Amino acid sequence: MAWFKKDKTPLAQQEAKKVKVPEGLWTKCSNCSEVIITKEIEKNLNVCPKCNQHFRVSARQRFDLLLDAGSFVEHDQDMVSVDFLQFKDSKSYQERINASVAKGGSKDAIICGAGRIEGTPVQIAIFDFSFMGGSMGSVVGEKITRAIERALDSHTPVVIVSASGGARMQESILSLMQMAKTSAALAKLREKGLPYISVLTDPTTGGVTASFAMLGDVNIAEPKALIGFAGPRVIEQTIRQKLPEGFQRAEYLLDHGMVDIIVERKDMRETLSKILKMLYRP
Amino acid sequence: MATQFYMEFEKPLAELEQKIQELSALSTDTMDLGAEIGKLEKRAEKMRESIFSSLTRWQTAQVARHINRPFTLDYLKLIFTDFIELHGDRNFGDDHAIVAGLANLDGEPVMVMGHQKGRDTKEKVFRNFGMPNPEGYRKALRLMEMAQRFKLPIITFVDTPGAFPGIGAEERGQAEAIARNLREMSRLTVPIIVVITGEGGSGGALAIAVGDRVLMLEFAVYAVISPEGCAAILWSDGTKGAQAAEALKLTAKDIRELEVIDEIVKEPLGGAHRDHQAMAATLHEALARNLKELRQLPAEELVEQRYEKFRKMSRFVE
Repeated sequence: MAWFKKDKTPLAQQEAKKVKVPEGLWTKCSNCSEVIITKEIEKNLNVCPKCNQHFRVSARQRFDLLLDAGSFVEHDQDMVSVDFLQFKDSKSYQERINASVAKGGSKDAIICGAGRIEGTPVQIAIFDFSFMGGSMGSVVGEKITRAIERALDSHTPVVIVSASGGARMQESILSLMQMAKTSAALAKLREKGLPYISVLTDPTTGGVTASFAMLGDVNIAEPKALIGFAGPRVIEQTIRQKLPEGFQRAEYLLDHGMVDIIVERKDMRETLSKILKMLYRP
Repeated sequence: MATQFYMEFEKPLAELEQKIQELSALSTDTMDLGAEIGKLEKRAEKMRESIFSSLTRWQTAQVARHINRPFTLDYLKLIFTDFIELHGDRNFGDDHAIVAGLANLDGEPVMVMGHQKGRDTKEKVFRNFGMPNPEGYRKALRLMEMAQRFKLPIITFVDTPGAFPGIGAEERGQAEAIARNLREMSRLTVPIIVVITGEGGSGGALAIAVGDRVLMLEFAVYAVISPEGCAAILWSDGTKGAQAAEALKLTAKDIRELEVIDEIVKEPLGGAHRDHQAMAATLHEALARNLKELRQLPAEELVEQRYEKFRKMSRFVE
Protein backbone atom coordinates (compact mmCIF):
# COMPACT_ATOMS: atom_id res chain seq x y z
CA MET A 1 0.00 0.00 0.00
CA ALA A 2 1.11 3.47 -0.76
CA TRP A 3 2.47 5.47 2.14
CA PHE A 4 0.17 8.31 1.20
CA LYS A 5 -3.56 8.01 1.15
CA LYS A 6 -6.05 9.75 -1.02
CA ASP A 7 -8.50 11.89 0.91
CA LYS A 8 -11.87 10.47 0.01
CA THR A 9 -14.01 13.46 0.85
CA PRO A 10 -15.11 15.24 -2.34
CA LEU A 11 -13.05 18.26 -3.19
CA ALA A 12 -15.87 20.72 -2.82
CA GLN A 13 -16.53 19.45 0.67
CA GLN A 14 -12.93 19.59 1.77
CA GLU A 15 -12.95 23.25 1.14
CA ALA A 16 -16.35 23.74 2.66
CA LYS A 17 -15.22 22.34 6.02
CA LYS A 18 -15.19 25.07 8.58
CA VAL A 19 -13.42 25.24 11.83
CA LYS A 20 -15.57 25.23 14.92
CA VAL A 21 -13.86 27.73 17.10
CA PRO A 22 -13.63 25.74 20.35
CA GLU A 23 -13.44 27.03 23.85
CA GLY A 24 -9.76 26.16 23.80
CA LEU A 25 -6.90 28.58 24.03
CA TRP A 26 -5.61 27.82 20.55
CA THR A 27 -7.42 27.43 17.25
CA LYS A 28 -6.15 25.90 14.07
CA CYS A 29 -7.28 27.83 11.02
CA SER A 30 -9.28 25.58 8.69
CA ASN A 31 -7.81 27.33 5.69
CA CYS A 32 -4.10 28.01 6.36
CA SER A 33 -3.69 25.54 9.26
CA GLU A 34 -1.92 28.20 11.27
CA VAL A 35 -2.36 27.71 15.02
CA ILE A 36 -3.52 30.96 16.49
CA ILE A 37 -4.56 32.14 19.91
CA THR A 38 -8.36 31.95 19.92
CA LYS A 39 -8.65 35.37 21.50
CA GLU A 40 -6.70 36.85 18.57
CA ILE A 41 -9.25 35.45 16.10
CA GLU A 42 -12.14 36.76 18.16
CA LYS A 43 -10.57 40.16 18.41
CA ASN A 44 -10.22 40.09 14.64
CA LEU A 45 -14.03 39.65 14.15
CA ASN A 46 -13.66 35.87 13.76
CA VAL A 47 -11.38 36.30 10.80
CA CYS A 48 -8.04 34.50 10.62
CA PRO A 49 -5.35 37.18 11.11
CA LYS A 50 -2.91 35.18 8.93
CA CYS A 51 -4.94 34.27 5.84
CA ASN A 52 -8.11 36.37 6.17
CA GLN A 53 -10.37 33.30 6.29
CA HIS A 54 -13.82 34.48 7.46
CA PHE A 55 -15.20 32.08 10.08
CA ARG A 56 -18.86 32.08 10.99
CA VAL A 57 -20.12 34.52 13.58
CA SER A 58 -23.32 34.50 15.61
CA ALA A 59 -26.25 36.69 14.69
CA ARG A 60 -25.84 38.70 17.91
CA GLN A 61 -22.19 39.41 17.11
CA ARG A 62 -23.21 40.63 13.69
CA PHE A 63 -25.64 43.14 15.12
CA ASP A 64 -22.77 44.57 17.15
CA LEU A 65 -20.61 44.64 14.04
CA LEU A 66 -23.12 46.42 11.85
CA LEU A 67 -25.36 48.65 13.94
CA ASP A 68 -24.70 51.82 15.87
CA ALA A 69 -24.34 51.03 19.56
CA GLY A 70 -27.63 51.07 21.39
CA SER A 71 -29.71 51.59 18.24
CA PHE A 72 -31.15 48.08 17.93
CA VAL A 73 -34.77 47.36 18.82
CA GLU A 74 -35.68 43.72 18.32
CA HIS A 75 -39.01 42.75 16.74
CA ASP A 76 -41.06 39.55 16.91
CA GLN A 77 -38.58 37.94 19.29
CA ASP A 78 -41.21 35.62 20.74
CA MET A 79 -42.32 34.08 17.48
CA VAL A 80 -41.67 30.32 17.52
CA SER A 81 -42.09 27.43 15.09
CA VAL A 82 -44.73 24.76 15.52
CA ASP A 83 -44.53 21.16 14.41
CA PHE A 84 -47.82 21.26 12.52
CA LEU A 85 -46.92 18.29 10.29
CA GLN A 86 -45.69 16.13 13.20
CA PHE A 87 -42.55 15.70 11.17
CA LYS A 88 -40.26 12.99 12.41
CA ASP A 89 -36.99 11.57 11.16
CA SER A 90 -34.50 10.34 13.77
CA LYS A 91 -35.88 13.09 16.01
CA SER A 92 -39.16 14.93 15.86
CA TYR A 93 -39.20 18.49 14.60
CA GLN A 94 -40.40 19.64 18.00
CA GLU A 95 -37.37 18.02 19.64
CA ARG A 96 -35.10 19.72 17.15
CA ILE A 97 -36.71 23.09 17.82
CA ASN A 98 -36.44 22.58 21.58
CA ALA A 99 -32.79 21.55 21.35
CA SER A 100 -31.94 24.61 19.25
CA VAL A 101 -33.82 26.97 21.55
CA ALA A 102 -32.07 25.41 24.55
CA LYS A 103 -28.70 26.29 23.03
CA GLY A 104 -29.64 29.79 23.97
CA GLY A 105 -29.01 31.93 20.91
CA SER A 106 -32.45 32.67 19.55
CA LYS A 107 -35.93 31.22 19.23
CA ASP A 108 -35.60 30.55 15.54
CA ALA A 109 -33.07 30.94 12.74
CA ILE A 110 -33.40 34.69 12.36
CA ILE A 111 -33.28 37.84 14.45
CA CYS A 112 -35.04 40.96 13.17
CA GLY A 113 -35.43 44.52 14.25
CA ALA A 114 -34.86 48.18 13.61
CA GLY A 115 -31.55 49.95 14.04
CA ARG A 116 -29.16 52.47 12.58
CA ILE A 117 -26.08 52.04 10.43
CA GLU A 118 -23.90 55.11 10.94
CA GLY A 119 -27.04 57.11 11.42
CA THR A 120 -29.16 55.66 8.59
CA PRO A 121 -32.28 53.91 9.88
CA VAL A 122 -32.76 50.33 8.65
CA GLN A 123 -34.98 47.33 9.11
CA ILE A 124 -32.50 44.53 9.52
CA ALA A 125 -32.74 40.74 9.61
CA ILE A 126 -29.79 38.53 10.46
CA PHE A 127 -29.71 34.74 10.18
CA ASP A 128 -28.56 32.55 13.02
CA PHE A 129 -26.90 29.61 11.27
CA SER A 130 -26.53 27.70 14.53
CA PHE A 131 -30.32 27.31 14.69
CA MET A 132 -31.11 24.30 12.48
CA GLY A 133 -28.61 25.38 9.85
CA GLY A 134 -30.29 28.73 9.42
CA SER A 135 -33.14 26.98 7.65
CA MET A 136 -36.23 28.93 6.61
CA GLY A 137 -39.62 27.82 7.83
CA SER A 138 -42.75 29.84 8.61
CA VAL A 139 -41.09 31.89 11.35
CA VAL A 140 -38.13 33.02 9.24
CA GLY A 141 -40.39 33.84 6.29
CA GLU A 142 -42.90 35.68 8.44
CA LYS A 143 -40.27 37.69 10.32
CA ILE A 144 -38.55 38.75 7.10
CA THR A 145 -41.86 39.69 5.50
CA ARG A 146 -42.82 41.75 8.54
CA ALA A 147 -39.42 43.47 8.48
CA ILE A 148 -40.02 44.43 4.84
CA GLU A 149 -43.56 45.58 5.59
CA ARG A 150 -42.27 47.65 8.50
CA ALA A 151 -39.77 49.22 6.13
CA LEU A 152 -42.66 50.08 3.80
CA ASP A 153 -44.60 51.64 6.67
CA SER A 154 -41.67 53.58 8.11
CA HIS A 155 -40.05 54.35 4.75
CA THR A 156 -36.68 52.81 5.63
CA PRO A 157 -34.22 50.60 3.75
CA VAL A 158 -33.89 46.86 4.38
CA VAL A 159 -30.73 44.88 5.09
CA ILE A 160 -30.81 41.08 5.28
CA VAL A 161 -27.70 39.11 6.26
CA SER A 162 -28.15 35.52 5.10
CA ALA A 163 -26.51 32.33 6.34
CA SER A 164 -28.76 29.41 5.57
CA GLY A 165 -28.98 25.90 4.25
CA GLY A 166 -32.24 26.82 2.55
CA ALA A 167 -35.89 26.00 3.13
CA ARG A 168 -36.65 23.93 6.22
CA MET A 169 -37.74 20.41 5.28
CA GLN A 170 -39.71 19.90 8.47
CA GLU A 171 -42.35 22.40 7.35
CA SER A 172 -42.40 21.03 3.82
CA ILE A 173 -44.70 23.00 1.51
CA LEU A 174 -45.10 25.96 3.86
CA SER A 175 -41.32 26.45 3.91
CA LEU A 176 -41.39 26.58 0.14
CA MET A 177 -44.14 29.20 0.23
CA GLN A 178 -41.96 31.49 2.34
CA MET A 179 -39.85 31.99 -0.79
CA ALA A 180 -42.85 33.40 -2.66
CA LYS A 181 -44.06 35.41 0.32
CA THR A 182 -40.76 37.17 1.04
CA SER A 183 -40.07 37.83 -2.65
CA ALA A 184 -43.54 39.34 -3.08
CA ALA A 185 -42.90 41.69 -0.16
CA LEU A 186 -39.63 42.74 -1.79
CA ALA A 187 -41.53 43.52 -4.99
CA LYS A 188 -43.55 46.07 -3.03
CA LEU A 189 -40.41 47.57 -1.51
CA ARG A 190 -38.93 47.91 -4.97
CA GLU A 191 -42.03 49.68 -6.27
CA LYS A 192 -41.73 52.15 -3.41
CA GLY A 193 -38.12 52.88 -4.32
CA LEU A 194 -36.72 51.78 -0.98
CA PRO A 195 -33.26 50.20 -1.07
CA TYR A 196 -32.67 46.59 -0.11
CA ILE A 197 -29.16 45.32 0.46
CA SER A 198 -28.58 41.58 0.63
CA VAL A 199 -25.47 40.42 2.46
CA LEU A 200 -24.58 36.82 1.65
CA THR A 201 -22.37 35.04 4.16
CA ASP A 202 -21.07 31.51 4.44
CA PRO A 203 -23.10 29.50 3.57
CA THR A 204 -26.16 30.74 1.68
CA THR A 205 -27.86 28.05 -0.39
CA GLY A 206 -31.16 26.59 -1.55
CA GLY A 207 -34.45 28.36 -1.11
CA VAL A 208 -32.91 31.34 0.64
CA THR A 209 -30.58 32.07 -2.28
CA ALA A 210 -33.45 31.37 -4.68
CA SER A 211 -35.60 34.05 -3.10
CA PHE A 212 -34.72 37.22 -1.16
CA ALA A 213 -30.95 36.66 -0.88
CA MET A 214 -30.41 37.09 -4.63
CA LEU A 215 -32.84 39.98 -4.97
CA GLY A 216 -30.84 42.80 -3.42
CA ASP A 217 -30.56 46.11 -5.21
CA VAL A 218 -27.00 45.46 -4.16
CA ASN A 219 -25.80 41.93 -3.37
CA ILE A 220 -22.73 41.88 -1.12
CA ALA A 221 -20.81 38.72 -0.27
CA GLU A 222 -18.22 38.01 2.40
CA PRO A 223 -14.93 36.63 1.05
CA LYS A 224 -15.00 32.95 0.12
CA ALA A 225 -18.60 32.50 1.29
CA LEU A 226 -20.30 29.45 -0.23
CA ILE A 227 -23.27 30.74 -2.21
CA GLY A 228 -25.43 28.67 -4.53
CA PHE A 229 -28.74 27.12 -5.37
CA ALA A 230 -27.94 23.42 -5.22
CA GLY A 231 -25.36 22.19 -2.72
CA PRO A 232 -21.99 21.10 -4.16
CA ARG A 233 -22.57 17.50 -3.14
CA VAL A 234 -25.88 17.31 -4.98
CA ILE A 235 -24.30 18.76 -8.11
CA GLU A 236 -21.36 16.36 -7.97
CA GLN A 237 -23.71 13.41 -7.63
CA THR A 238 -25.94 14.62 -10.45
CA ILE A 239 -23.33 15.38 -13.07
CA ARG A 240 -20.64 12.96 -11.81
CA GLN A 241 -17.87 15.42 -12.48
CA LYS A 242 -15.41 17.18 -10.26
CA LEU A 243 -16.45 20.74 -9.60
CA PRO A 244 -14.19 23.54 -10.79
CA GLU A 245 -11.79 25.22 -8.41
CA GLY A 246 -13.49 27.77 -6.18
CA PHE A 247 -16.94 26.76 -7.48
CA GLN A 248 -19.83 28.55 -5.71
CA ARG A 249 -17.49 30.71 -3.68
CA ALA A 250 -18.12 34.44 -3.43
CA GLU A 251 -15.29 35.21 -5.87
CA TYR A 252 -16.74 32.75 -8.39
CA LEU A 253 -20.14 34.43 -8.14
CA LEU A 254 -18.56 37.82 -8.59
CA ASP A 255 -16.87 36.53 -11.76
CA HIS A 256 -20.19 35.25 -13.05
CA GLY A 257 -22.05 38.45 -12.36
CA MET A 258 -24.21 37.24 -9.48
CA VAL A 259 -22.95 39.51 -6.70
CA ASP A 260 -21.99 43.17 -6.88
CA ILE A 261 -19.09 43.28 -4.46
CA ILE A 262 -17.11 41.22 -1.99
CA VAL A 263 -16.59 43.04 1.25
CA GLU A 264 -14.47 41.97 4.21
CA ARG A 265 -16.18 41.77 7.54
CA LYS A 266 -14.20 44.65 9.00
CA ASP A 267 -15.39 46.95 6.20
CA MET A 268 -19.00 45.78 6.07
CA ARG A 269 -20.58 48.49 8.23
CA GLU A 270 -18.83 51.29 6.40
CA THR A 271 -19.71 49.89 2.98
CA LEU A 272 -23.37 49.41 3.91
CA SER A 273 -23.46 52.92 5.29
CA LYS A 274 -21.99 54.46 2.14
CA ILE A 275 -24.34 52.61 -0.22
CA LEU A 276 -27.40 53.36 1.89
CA LYS A 277 -26.56 57.03 2.07
CA MET A 278 -26.32 57.18 -1.73
CA LEU A 279 -29.53 55.22 -2.40
CA TYR A 280 -31.83 56.24 0.40
CA ARG A 281 -33.95 59.40 0.34
CA PRO A 282 -35.52 59.80 3.79
CA MET B 1 -52.71 3.45 -24.75
CA ALA B 2 -50.62 0.78 -26.41
CA THR B 3 -48.71 -0.52 -23.41
CA GLN B 4 -49.62 -0.07 -19.83
CA PHE B 5 -46.81 0.49 -17.39
CA TYR B 6 -48.00 -0.91 -14.13
CA MET B 7 -46.73 0.34 -10.85
CA GLU B 8 -45.62 -2.06 -8.16
CA PHE B 9 -48.82 -1.68 -6.17
CA GLU B 10 -50.97 -2.32 -9.25
CA LYS B 11 -49.71 -5.90 -9.65
CA PRO B 12 -52.98 -7.67 -8.80
CA LEU B 13 -54.75 -5.31 -11.18
CA ALA B 14 -52.20 -6.02 -13.90
CA GLU B 15 -52.79 -9.78 -13.60
CA LEU B 16 -56.52 -9.34 -13.76
CA GLU B 17 -56.38 -7.05 -16.76
CA GLN B 18 -54.11 -9.50 -18.55
CA LYS B 19 -56.60 -12.26 -17.93
CA ILE B 20 -59.36 -10.11 -19.39
CA GLN B 21 -57.27 -9.52 -22.48
CA GLU B 22 -56.55 -13.21 -22.87
CA LEU B 23 -60.22 -14.06 -22.56
CA SER B 24 -61.17 -11.38 -25.06
CA ALA B 25 -58.74 -12.90 -27.52
CA LEU B 26 -60.26 -16.34 -27.01
CA SER B 27 -63.82 -15.16 -27.22
CA THR B 28 -65.43 -16.07 -30.57
CA ASP B 29 -68.95 -16.46 -31.92
CA THR B 30 -69.03 -20.09 -30.98
CA MET B 31 -67.57 -19.58 -27.52
CA ASP B 32 -69.04 -16.41 -26.05
CA LEU B 33 -67.09 -15.39 -22.97
CA GLY B 34 -68.77 -12.01 -22.72
CA ALA B 35 -70.45 -12.74 -19.43
CA GLU B 36 -67.25 -14.00 -17.90
CA ILE B 37 -65.30 -11.01 -19.22
CA GLY B 38 -67.90 -8.60 -17.92
CA LYS B 39 -67.61 -10.12 -14.46
CA LEU B 40 -63.88 -9.78 -14.50
CA GLU B 41 -64.07 -6.22 -15.72
CA LYS B 42 -66.31 -5.32 -12.85
CA ARG B 43 -63.86 -6.92 -10.48
CA ALA B 44 -61.00 -4.98 -12.05
CA GLU B 45 -62.87 -1.75 -11.68
CA LYS B 46 -63.59 -2.45 -8.03
CA MET B 47 -59.96 -3.35 -7.48
CA ARG B 48 -58.83 -0.18 -9.18
CA GLU B 49 -61.18 1.83 -7.04
CA SER B 50 -59.92 0.25 -3.86
CA ILE B 51 -56.25 0.62 -4.81
CA PHE B 52 -56.56 4.24 -5.84
CA SER B 53 -58.72 5.33 -2.95
CA SER B 54 -56.11 4.27 -0.44
CA LEU B 55 -52.76 5.11 -1.99
CA THR B 56 -49.93 5.82 0.38
CA ARG B 57 -48.08 9.08 -0.13
CA TRP B 58 -45.16 7.24 -1.70
CA GLN B 59 -47.49 5.44 -4.10
CA THR B 60 -49.07 8.77 -4.99
CA ALA B 61 -45.61 10.06 -5.86
CA GLN B 62 -45.22 7.05 -8.22
CA VAL B 63 -48.48 7.96 -9.94
CA ALA B 64 -47.37 11.59 -10.19
CA ARG B 65 -44.22 10.42 -11.97
CA HIS B 66 -45.92 7.86 -14.20
CA ILE B 67 -44.32 7.74 -17.62
CA ASN B 68 -47.69 7.94 -19.37
CA ARG B 69 -49.01 10.79 -17.29
CA PRO B 70 -50.13 13.67 -19.51
CA PHE B 71 -47.46 16.35 -19.84
CA THR B 72 -47.81 20.02 -20.73
CA LEU B 73 -47.76 19.40 -24.50
CA ASP B 74 -50.51 16.78 -24.09
CA TYR B 75 -52.72 19.29 -22.31
CA LEU B 76 -51.90 21.87 -24.95
CA LYS B 77 -53.23 19.50 -27.62
CA LEU B 78 -56.30 18.41 -25.71
CA ILE B 79 -57.48 21.63 -24.06
CA PHE B 80 -56.20 24.48 -26.23
CA THR B 81 -56.25 25.33 -29.92
CA ASP B 82 -53.81 27.11 -32.23
CA PHE B 83 -50.79 26.65 -29.94
CA ILE B 84 -47.79 28.55 -31.23
CA GLU B 85 -44.67 27.69 -29.30
CA LEU B 86 -42.37 30.61 -28.56
CA HIS B 87 -38.73 29.97 -27.80
CA GLY B 88 -35.77 31.41 -25.98
CA ASP B 89 -34.91 33.79 -23.18
CA ARG B 90 -33.22 36.38 -25.46
CA ASN B 91 -30.08 36.07 -23.34
CA PHE B 92 -28.56 32.65 -23.56
CA GLY B 93 -30.68 29.98 -25.17
CA ASP B 94 -33.87 28.00 -25.35
CA ASP B 95 -34.58 25.57 -22.56
CA HIS B 96 -36.48 22.47 -23.68
CA ALA B 97 -37.51 21.60 -20.13
CA ILE B 98 -40.03 24.43 -20.26
CA VAL B 99 -42.39 24.90 -23.20
CA ALA B 100 -44.33 28.10 -23.63
CA GLY B 101 -46.38 29.99 -26.13
CA LEU B 102 -49.63 31.52 -27.28
CA ALA B 103 -52.81 29.49 -27.57
CA ASN B 104 -56.56 29.87 -27.52
CA LEU B 105 -58.69 28.59 -24.70
CA ASP B 106 -62.36 28.43 -25.70
CA GLY B 107 -61.56 30.89 -28.45
CA GLU B 108 -59.79 33.44 -26.23
CA PRO B 109 -56.03 34.00 -26.42
CA VAL B 110 -53.93 33.03 -23.39
CA MET B 111 -50.24 32.53 -22.59
CA VAL B 112 -49.54 28.91 -21.68
CA MET B 113 -46.34 27.44 -20.29
CA GLY B 114 -45.16 24.47 -18.33
CA HIS B 115 -42.43 21.99 -17.56
CA GLN B 116 -42.05 19.32 -20.19
CA LYS B 117 -40.78 15.79 -19.58
CA GLY B 118 -40.01 13.15 -22.16
CA ARG B 119 -41.43 9.64 -22.59
CA ASP B 120 -38.65 7.79 -24.40
CA THR B 121 -34.97 8.03 -23.53
CA LYS B 122 -34.16 10.38 -26.36
CA GLU B 123 -36.87 12.84 -25.47
CA LYS B 124 -36.15 12.54 -21.76
CA VAL B 125 -32.62 13.69 -22.42
CA PHE B 126 -33.82 16.41 -24.82
CA ARG B 127 -36.16 17.69 -22.10
CA ASN B 128 -33.48 17.28 -19.42
CA PHE B 129 -36.00 15.15 -17.47
CA GLY B 130 -38.14 18.23 -16.99
CA MET B 131 -35.45 20.01 -14.98
CA PRO B 132 -35.04 23.59 -16.23
CA ASN B 133 -31.89 25.66 -16.39
CA PRO B 134 -32.01 29.41 -15.63
CA GLU B 135 -32.82 30.23 -19.27
CA GLY B 136 -36.01 28.19 -18.94
CA TYR B 137 -37.23 30.35 -16.08
CA ARG B 138 -36.11 33.48 -17.91
CA LYS B 139 -38.01 32.42 -21.02
CA ALA B 140 -41.07 31.86 -18.84
CA LEU B 141 -40.74 35.32 -17.30
CA ARG B 142 -40.15 37.00 -20.64
CA LEU B 143 -43.39 35.53 -21.94
CA MET B 144 -45.32 36.29 -18.76
CA GLU B 145 -44.30 39.92 -19.08
CA MET B 146 -45.37 39.83 -22.69
CA ALA B 147 -48.72 38.41 -21.62
CA GLN B 148 -49.09 41.34 -19.26
CA ARG B 149 -48.39 43.84 -22.03
CA PHE B 150 -51.10 42.29 -24.20
CA LYS B 151 -53.46 41.64 -21.29
CA LEU B 152 -53.51 37.89 -21.75
CA PRO B 153 -54.18 35.55 -18.84
CA ILE B 154 -51.38 33.15 -17.95
CA ILE B 155 -51.83 29.42 -17.41
CA THR B 156 -48.90 27.36 -16.14
CA PHE B 157 -48.48 23.59 -15.79
CA VAL B 158 -46.07 22.40 -13.12
CA ASP B 159 -44.37 19.03 -13.43
CA THR B 160 -40.69 18.90 -12.51
CA PRO B 161 -38.41 16.98 -10.16
CA GLY B 162 -36.76 20.37 -9.55
CA ALA B 163 -34.54 22.99 -11.10
CA PHE B 164 -31.45 21.40 -12.65
CA PRO B 165 -28.46 21.18 -10.28
CA GLY B 166 -25.53 21.64 -12.66
CA ILE B 167 -22.41 23.74 -13.07
CA GLY B 168 -23.80 25.82 -15.93
CA ALA B 169 -27.07 26.35 -14.08
CA GLU B 170 -25.20 27.75 -11.10
CA GLU B 171 -22.94 29.90 -13.25
CA ARG B 172 -25.87 31.43 -15.07
CA GLY B 173 -27.71 32.14 -11.84
CA GLN B 174 -30.29 29.42 -11.19
CA ALA B 175 -31.11 30.98 -7.83
CA GLU B 176 -31.43 34.48 -9.26
CA ALA B 177 -33.67 33.29 -12.09
CA ILE B 178 -36.05 31.55 -9.69
CA ALA B 179 -36.02 34.44 -7.21
CA ARG B 180 -36.76 37.00 -9.91
CA ASN B 181 -39.73 34.97 -11.16
CA LEU B 182 -41.18 34.81 -7.65
CA ARG B 183 -40.86 38.55 -7.26
CA GLU B 184 -42.20 39.47 -10.69
CA MET B 185 -45.06 36.96 -10.75
CA SER B 186 -46.37 38.49 -7.55
CA ARG B 187 -46.93 41.80 -9.36
CA LEU B 188 -48.24 40.78 -12.78
CA THR B 189 -51.52 42.53 -13.57
CA VAL B 190 -53.12 39.64 -15.50
CA PRO B 191 -54.82 36.53 -14.08
CA ILE B 192 -52.48 33.60 -13.40
CA ILE B 193 -53.77 30.06 -13.02
CA VAL B 194 -51.31 27.40 -11.94
CA VAL B 195 -51.93 23.67 -12.26
CA ILE B 196 -49.68 21.24 -10.41
CA THR B 197 -50.08 18.33 -12.83
CA GLY B 198 -47.38 15.88 -11.72
CA GLU B 199 -44.32 16.54 -9.60
CA GLY B 200 -44.17 19.88 -7.87
CA GLY B 201 -40.46 19.78 -7.09
CA SER B 202 -39.42 22.60 -4.79
CA GLY B 203 -38.14 25.98 -6.04
CA GLY B 204 -37.97 24.65 -9.58
CA ALA B 205 -41.74 24.21 -9.47
CA LEU B 206 -42.57 27.36 -7.51
CA ALA B 207 -40.71 29.52 -10.03
CA ILE B 208 -43.73 29.27 -12.34
CA ALA B 209 -46.33 28.64 -9.64
CA VAL B 210 -47.14 31.99 -8.04
CA GLY B 211 -50.73 32.36 -9.16
CA ASP B 212 -54.17 33.71 -8.32
CA ARG B 213 -55.49 30.18 -8.37
CA VAL B 214 -53.39 27.12 -7.75
CA LEU B 215 -55.07 23.88 -8.80
CA MET B 216 -53.60 20.46 -8.18
CA LEU B 217 -54.43 17.16 -9.81
CA GLU B 218 -55.64 14.48 -7.44
CA PHE B 219 -52.48 12.35 -7.62
CA ALA B 220 -49.92 15.11 -8.11
CA VAL B 221 -47.37 15.86 -5.38
CA TYR B 222 -45.88 19.15 -4.20
CA ALA B 223 -43.09 19.53 -1.67
CA VAL B 224 -40.06 21.51 -0.61
CA ILE B 225 -37.74 18.65 -1.60
CA SER B 226 -38.09 15.29 -3.34
CA PRO B 227 -38.74 12.34 -1.00
CA GLU B 228 -35.39 10.84 -2.09
CA GLY B 229 -33.52 14.09 -1.47
CA CYS B 230 -35.14 14.49 1.91
CA ALA B 231 -34.30 10.88 2.82
CA ALA B 232 -30.67 11.36 1.77
CA ILE B 233 -30.32 14.33 4.11
CA LEU B 234 -32.43 13.41 7.13
CA TRP B 235 -32.12 9.63 7.09
CA SER B 236 -28.71 9.59 5.37
CA ASP B 237 -30.28 7.01 3.07
CA GLY B 238 -31.71 7.94 -0.32
CA THR B 239 -33.73 4.71 -0.47
CA LYS B 240 -35.94 5.75 2.44
CA GLY B 241 -38.13 7.73 0.03
CA ALA B 242 -41.33 6.10 1.28
CA GLN B 243 -40.71 7.28 4.83
CA ALA B 244 -39.76 10.76 3.67
CA ALA B 245 -42.87 11.00 1.48
CA GLU B 246 -45.03 10.26 4.51
CA ALA B 247 -43.22 12.90 6.56
CA LEU B 248 -43.38 15.55 3.85
CA LYS B 249 -47.18 15.37 3.49
CA LEU B 250 -46.97 16.04 -0.20
CA THR B 251 -50.33 14.94 -1.62
CA ALA B 252 -53.05 17.22 -2.95
CA LYS B 253 -55.18 16.43 0.08
CA ASP B 254 -52.37 17.32 2.50
CA ILE B 255 -51.64 20.54 0.70
CA ARG B 256 -55.27 21.54 0.43
CA GLU B 257 -55.48 21.20 4.22
CA LEU B 258 -52.59 23.66 4.57
CA GLU B 259 -54.46 26.02 2.22
CA VAL B 260 -51.59 26.27 -0.23
CA ILE B 261 -53.78 25.15 -3.15
CA ASP B 262 -57.31 26.23 -3.99
CA GLU B 263 -58.77 23.19 -5.66
CA ILE B 264 -58.12 19.51 -6.21
CA VAL B 265 -58.87 18.39 -9.77
CA LYS B 266 -60.24 14.85 -9.81
CA GLU B 267 -58.40 12.32 -11.96
CA PRO B 268 -59.94 9.47 -13.95
CA LEU B 269 -60.10 6.18 -12.07
CA GLY B 270 -56.63 4.68 -11.96
CA GLY B 271 -54.87 8.00 -12.59
CA ALA B 272 -54.57 10.61 -15.34
CA HIS B 273 -52.29 8.33 -17.38
CA ARG B 274 -55.20 5.91 -17.92
CA ASP B 275 -57.30 8.40 -19.82
CA HIS B 276 -55.76 11.60 -21.13
CA GLN B 277 -59.00 12.73 -22.77
CA ALA B 278 -61.04 12.44 -19.61
CA MET B 279 -58.34 14.17 -17.56
CA ALA B 280 -58.11 17.00 -20.05
CA ALA B 281 -61.88 17.44 -20.10
CA THR B 282 -62.07 17.76 -16.33
CA LEU B 283 -59.15 20.16 -16.25
CA HIS B 284 -60.59 22.18 -19.13
CA GLU B 285 -63.76 22.77 -17.13
CA ALA B 286 -61.78 23.83 -14.04
CA LEU B 287 -59.58 26.22 -16.02
CA ALA B 288 -62.51 27.83 -17.80
CA ARG B 289 -64.45 28.28 -14.57
CA ASN B 290 -61.53 29.80 -12.64
CA LEU B 291 -60.54 32.03 -15.50
CA LYS B 292 -64.07 33.38 -15.80
CA GLU B 293 -64.02 34.34 -12.13
CA LEU B 294 -60.60 35.96 -12.32
CA ARG B 295 -61.40 37.95 -15.43
CA GLN B 296 -63.98 39.84 -13.43
CA LEU B 297 -61.44 41.29 -10.99
CA PRO B 298 -59.83 44.66 -11.70
CA ALA B 299 -56.05 44.37 -12.07
CA GLU B 300 -55.28 46.15 -8.81
CA GLU B 301 -57.53 43.89 -6.80
CA LEU B 302 -56.12 40.84 -8.53
CA VAL B 303 -52.57 41.75 -7.53
CA GLU B 304 -53.50 42.63 -3.96
CA GLN B 305 -55.44 39.38 -3.53
CA ARG B 306 -52.50 37.41 -4.87
CA TYR B 307 -50.21 39.11 -2.38
CA GLU B 308 -52.56 38.37 0.51
CA LYS B 309 -52.99 34.77 -0.62
CA PHE B 310 -49.27 33.99 -0.24
CA ARG B 311 -48.90 36.39 2.68
CA LYS B 312 -51.11 34.16 4.80
CA MET B 313 -49.17 30.98 4.19
CA SER B 314 -47.43 30.15 7.44
CA ARG B 315 -47.95 28.47 10.80
CA PHE B 316 -46.30 29.71 13.97
CA VAL B 317 -47.10 30.90 17.46
CA GLU B 318 -46.17 34.13 19.18
